[in-house]
Amino acid sequence: MRYLKDVATLELNDALCTGCGRCAEVCPHAVFEIENRKAVITDRDACMECGACASNCEFGALKVGSGVGCASALIGGMIKGGEPVCGCSDGKDSACC
Amino acid sequence: MPVVRVKKVPCCGPESSCCPPPKAPHKLTRVSHEWTLSDSLGEIRCRLGSFRLGYRVSPGLYAIGEPGADSDLLVSANYKLSFDKLRKELKGLSAWILVLDTKGINVWCAAGKGTFGTEELIKRIREEDLSGLVSHRRVIVPQLGAPGIKAHEVRKETGFRVSYGPVEAKDIPAYIRAGYKATPEMRTVAFGAFDRVVLTPMELIPAAKWYLVFAILMLAFFGVSTKGITFAGAGEAYPLLVLGIVSVLSGGLATPVLLPYIPGSAFAIKGWIAGLATTVAFLLIGGTGLSVPLAIASLIFFPLASSYIALQFTGSTTFTSISGVKKELKYALPVYIIGALSSVALLVVHKAAEAV
Ligand code: SF4
Ligand code: SF4
Repeated sequence: MRYLKDVATLELNDALCTGCGRCAEVCPHAVFEIENRKAVITDRDACMECGACASNCEFGALKVGSGVGCASALIGGMIKGGEPVCGCSDGKDSACC
Repeated sequence: MPVVRVKKVPCCGPESSCCPPPKAPHKLTRVSHEWTLSDSLGEIRCRLGSFRLGYRVSPGLYAIGEPGADSDLLVSANYKLSFDKLRKELKGLSAWILVLDTKGINVWCAAGKGTFGTEELIKRIREEDLSGLVSHRRVIVPQLGAPGIKAHEVRKETGFRVSYGPVEAKDIPAYIRAGYKATPEMRTVAFGAFDRVVLTPMELIPAAKWYLVFAILMLAFFGVSTKGITFAGAGEAYPLLVLGIVSVLSGGLATPVLLPYIPGSAFAIKGWIAGLATTVAFLLIGGTGLSVPLAIASLIFFPLASSYIALQFTGSTTFTSISGVKKELKYALPVYIIGALSSVALLVVHKAAEAV
């Protein structure tokens, strides 16, 4: 199943990449391949912005806008004009997702 | 193998924080690979959602089989379902399991929230003195926990190298046998029909709450007439109440389950299509005798309600991105607002026509 095209905010900084392969290891949608000791984004539209690659890239070569994903939180954020706040992530131990 | 359950912290309560964790080295819990009937029943309750809170395993170190200094060390969440799955799949192996405190939430969600995270992992590795327990320096972390973990920081702080295990616990034995290598298939998430069905209660429960509000408003609106508040007019509300249920089910159940078969890639559009189909079908078959303004209002409102509910399901999938949901909302939100306002206007038109 595919989602919308051309929306993912994934960015790879080639100059910083060492080709260590971590991103390919953690990505659950096979977005990366390692070619000639560099990571290459082969399937950007499959990216779900989970943030795993960016958080595990030791060399800071990856950036992706990840954050609260639930639609109602985003709506709250759009209406109030602030950052989305998820009703469930207020630290009250809720198991909503 | 017998199930040996020794409570690790025999303190004031299972989730107690009043006393410090015991410093005694590796007083641990040994668990079995076998699932008992109560485990299976527990899984069903977990899935239903209502028991998700409090369905936890105590964080800490567990032994499965007869592990030694060179046995593998696996990390899990303290959501009982994740933990049970892991121990079941490790049948025949001896291993250590380090359970992080994720507040009873599964690895994937907890990683997104950061409770399955770098700090917690480092803290547990230190607290359980794992460098004294095993001779190697490898922790196997579930791949779906990766969004919460910075592997390089774990290594810097503890000396342990993070190896990301496969997405599914069932592939762990094969992964270990292959020398801690996962095939591309083991690394990618599938989002099958079964996953979609088990997730739908999560969408239906909040939707049911909204439905209650909707039902009360409708009964009140049709109950008020020029003759004061009567329930004579409430009968008119019934087709709308049924349509409300139909739209909740089409957005919260039919859309997720039939996801690949409904056209479009935007969830708002898929939900709208499903909602339009069910609303039209109901109006045609039901022959409910709705007035023209009410029928038009139904055709506007209920497909949009279905669309909205379907859009909420993006939070439960494993392939939708936040930027995508934002883009959907940018277009959908104004339509929802206009749709809701014009439906209210049509209700008023209907009411006015009736009063004449
Ligand atoms: S994790 Fe970072 S440095 Fe390593 S291959 Fe990927 S982008 Fe390059
Ligand atoms: S954000 Fe997640 S899905 Fe997107 S490329 Fe990184 S690891 Fe893959």
